[in-house]
Amino acid sequence: MFAFLLRRIGLIIPTFIGVTIAAFAFVRVLPGDPVLLMAGERGVTPERHAALMKQFGFDRPIYEQYFDYFFSALQGDLGSSLVTKKPVWDEFFTLFPATLELSICAIIFAVFIGVPAGIYAATRRGSWPDQTIMGTALVGYSMPIFWWGLLLIILFSGILGWTPVSGRISLLYFFKPVTGFMLIDSLLSGQKGAFSSAVSHLILPTIVLGTIPLAVVARQTRSAMLEVLSEDYVRTARAKGMSPMRVVGVHALRNAMIPVITTIGLQVGVLLAGAILTETIFSWPGIGKWMVDSIFRRDYPSVQGGLLMIAVIVMTVNLIVDLLYGLVNPRIRHVR
Amino acid sequence: MTKMKLLLATLLGATMLASGAAQSKTLVYCSEGSPEGFDPAPFTAGTTFDASSKPLYNRLVEFKRGTSEVMPGLAESWEVSSDGLEYTFKLRKGVKFQTTDFFTPSRDFNADDVVFSFERQLKKDHPWNQYTAGIAWEYFDGMSMPDLLKSVEKVDDNTVKFVLNRPEAPMIANLAMDFASIMSAEYAAKLEADGKKELLNQQPVGTGPFKFVAYQKDAVIRYAAHEGYWAGKQPIDDLVFAITTDASVRQQKLKAGECHVAPYPNPADLADLKADANLQVMEQEGLNVGYLAYNSLVAPFDKPEVRKALNMAINKQSILDAVFQGAGKEAKNPIPPTMWSYNDAVQDDGYDPEAAKKMLEAAGVKDLKMKIWAMPVQRPYNPNARRMAELIQSDFSKIGVGVEIVSYEWGEYLKLSKEKDRDGAVLLGWTGDNGDPDNFLAVLLGCDAVGGSNRAQWCNKDFEALVQKAKTVSDKAERTKLYEDAQVVFKREAPWATIAHSVVFMPMSKKVSGYVMDPLGGHWFDGVDIAE
Repeated sequence: MFAFLLRRIGLIIPTFIGVTIAAFAFVRVLPGDPVLLMAGERGVTPERHAALMKQFGFDRPIYEQYFDYFFSALQGDLGSSLVTKKPVWDEFFTLFPATLELSICAIIFAVFIGVPAGIYAATRRGSWPDQTIMGTALVGYSMPIFWWGLLLIILFSGILGWTPVSGRISLLYFFKPVTGFMLIDSLLSGQKGAFSSAVSHLILPTIVLGTIPLAVVARQTRSAMLEVLSEDYVRTARAKGMSPMRVVGVHALRNAMIPVITTIGLQVGVLLAGAILTETIFSWPGIGKWMVDSIFRRDYPSVQGGLLMIAVIVMTVNLIVDLLYGLVNPRIRHVR
Repeated sequence: MTKMKLLLATLLGATMLASGAAQSKTLVYCSEGSPEGFDPAPFTAGTTFDASSKPLYNRLVEFKRGTSEVMPGLAESWEVSSDGLEYTFKLRKGVKFQTTDFFTPSRDFNADDVVFSFERQLKKDHPWNQYTAGIAWEYFDGMSMPDLLKSVEKVDDNTVKFVLNRPEAPMIANLAMDFASIMSAEYAAKLEADGKKELLNQQPVGTGPFKFVAYQKDAVIRYAAHEGYWAGKQPIDDLVFAITTDASVRQQKLKAGECHVAPYPNPADLADLKADANLQVMEQEGLNVGYLAYNSLVAPFDKPEVRKALNMAINKQSILDAVFQGAGKEAKNPIPPTMWSYNDAVQDDGYDPEAAKKMLEAAGVKDLKMKIWAMPVQRPYNPNARRMAELIQSDFSKIGVGVEIVSYEWGEYLKLSKEKDRDGAVLLGWTGDNGDPDNFLAVLLGCDAVGGSNRAQWCNKDFEALVQKAKTVSDKAERTKLYEDAQVVFKREAPWATIAHSVVFMPMSKKVSGYVMDPLGGHWFDGVDIAE
């Protein structure tokens, strides 16, 4: 297991270097620069443009800028935002708990509904519930997030008035963030009604962000279960008179979960991408919205720092998934 | 089912609590974006000014609410020397800075605060000139203040003198702009002593109607009424900015009562907002202009008659209907009608494709092919440049002019469109900074701006003489006459096709009273009240 872990970590190093290059290059190949965008229609003289680029350090040779960024990043220094002048690291970790909280809720929503739905569909293959679940999953997968979010807001917040439109908690509650996770902070605040307000604000964004992963998880669970259910050992278990519940829940599910876990791990990237739109619709102060703003403003340090942090998080989650995979299936960790 | 009931009960409980807890007068403004910081001077975005300079600070002079006229602010009065080079301000006495959790002022506002606020931007060696890494005084520099301002001197505690390098009539209007907000020198000294200079931009202290309470990044800004405000305490107790970037979501929040005021509605949502019995929609012409600038240095656009012929081929009404969806007004002058010195006597080149065709033939222009540049972004003066370009393309095809529409990334667009040998006519526009006609006419059409913000690359000696003279004259009536004449020259020479001035809409709850729309596009909440 230790060798397996080392091998996986060894793979992360070149990936990390690749990500730093990609993140650094990405924002620089975009046309325009931060000074031009800052000046807008007013414009800026070539002399002042050059002076500002020098002030920001963008006049130096590109390799020098890259190595400066790379070695600073290794020491945990991602530079300061050109716009807010605050350290990128601070900005990222101020906003990241909001994205993480939403993503965790979305993945819980996706797994707790997607896995049972997939199992149910698999055990009733070809029946109308199977076709309904899979049809719904296909619709869920194809739905544009922006449209879906607005639709839910108009229905549940606008017409029915059941949920708040946007934000993380009612504006009536005001307390200093301790953990950055609103559910925890609202409990810690001791203010009556704060927790339920935070929960009610989470409902719609969770559904919107969790819809695509839910559809993917449900479809993956169904196909994995169908494959496992046709295995000889399942037939044997049934022949021995084991209850259908035990056959499916214990014997089949454990093996079917391997590809499902992989799929869930891969959904982390999907969640972070979906968070950009979901956060914009629901005014959710997370890193998705922050990244979009930074890209539009050509805020080089924020974009390259943010991309790097997101990539590191995705890599870490995938490493954890790989290790979990090894735990679930002993054959994997023994492969040389 | 039980779980569903529990959920509904929880939500109901939360709503009841929410309504019960609404005791103090709180006004919620669903702002369209996050501020870049709370020190207005290093920034240029209106969103930042709405959250910083307007609620938190004052300036020596202020724009009279709802107009672009200047009135006394922290300065009670001022005198201008006969040569126009010295401005002496008498400061208001007894003005308190805000007392907050992080700062308690020990003295009232005085001349030191004024000198500090300007010297930090003017002097490169000032200890606050570079108080955070990479800071730039974009507006101060953009308004040419470093060239204009020789010194800012304290005469005594209540008198300040600004010495200029040359006479500049718009100087007073410049001092009403956001970058000229007055900071507390005492607070700055404390931050410097604590080694926490960067907090000037994060925990602001000013003399304005509201004091800063807290900012949760990209989510909420909280303010409370400044108890010791020199112009009197505000009718509301708390002001909250709920940052909501999407216009459709702002509309839903307004309708659901989650905010009381929400700016920048989608034009398509206006009918729905106006039909809502709980809402009111205010409207005002924006202080802006959207135009098509020909390159007057390149043939055949160097001939006024060609430019005029093209202008006559543009059906502005169809543009207003399709692009502005009713939220615009035809433009005939390069300055908006709400600005003083607007010359309403100027006759626009009416839509007449037949006459346009003949004019082109008379000018010897046949089978003309040209480019039209369409901006890649939405701006108040042009909500959809691509659509506008397509409509003009269709109009020009009727007089035998072939148009190719081009576009570039926004930063590139702004850069390339300035080049003197640029190929094609550029769609662009301008929103006023200080309500002074000089801010449109000299900045966008002056000879100094050729190769810069003068996208028509147009330098006309008659026009230039009028605009330059108006800069040095302090008598407003005389300036008005000069600018009116300049507009006549502009129309005769037609360096632009003036397309439209947008109309700005401001939906809000009917409970809100006292809100006045700002022609300069800002959002002010002093004097605003809300019915309980």
